[in-house]
Amino acid sequence: MVGTKPPPSASPAEAPSAIIVRVLFFASMADLMGERRRSLDLPAGSTIADALRHMAIEVPELAARAPHVSFAVNEAFVSADAPLSDGDELALIPPVSGG
Amino acid sequence: MIVELTSDPIDVPRLIAHVNKPSNGGICTFLGVVRDNAEGRPVVKLGYEAYESMAVAQMRVIVQEAMQRWSLDAVALSHRTGELQIGEASVAIAVGAPHRAEAFEACRFIIDTLKTRVPIWKKEFFQDGAVWVEPVSSQPSAG
Repeated sequence: MVGTKPPPSASPAEAPSAIIVRVLFFASMADLMGERRRSLDLPAGSTIADALRHMAIEVPELAARAPHVSFAVNEAFVSADAPLSDGDELALIPPVSGG
Repeated sequence: MIVELTSDPIDVPRLIAHVNKPSNGGICTFLGVVRDNAEGRPVVKLGYEAYESMAVAQMRVIVQEAMQRWSLDAVALSHRTGELQIGEASVAIAVGAPHRAEAFEACRFIIDTLKTRVPIWKKEFFQDGAVWVEPVSSQPSAG
């Protein structure tokens, strides 16, 4: 049948086209970024690597530091290719030195 | 189980009292304390910063892992945050066990594991500046 299927953008169940992620910076990363947290708008489907590329536009040194940083999403360690969802808390975790 | 971050001096006797159960025959404690130098360079004080909610969650996982592995019924782990002077305890662990071998092993496991994956950072303050300590070997990995 023609005309029964609405265009994709009209579906109320469709995922949002953009997500907002809360990013936390600690220790040397806070020094590098000049702040401890920020809210980041990203296209839906973005990964941590995408978020880093986005922030590196403003802070180019981030690209060189990223290989030495670990990542946590909602307090669980994940790799840089992990996908981000709306409302996630992403933490950039430089090498730890507690104890 | 006691697992905590604290900006106040660590109450070590309280940690020991927590693990001093009638069924235990040995208590092993470990204190990490502020050293006055970093490879010979005089240190005036240290600062500790934590991703607090995640640090406590990770510390709890490590303690639970130790309790399960060595069949322990009492472990206490406390880590300081903020500025510490030379000689102050930055971390304290107390492990109670029926016999000493388990207490020693679990205590060592807890401090060694904490250093690799708990999101806490140490800043060394020198007379002419300060640096974040970032050991190459301490990179936590996913999963």
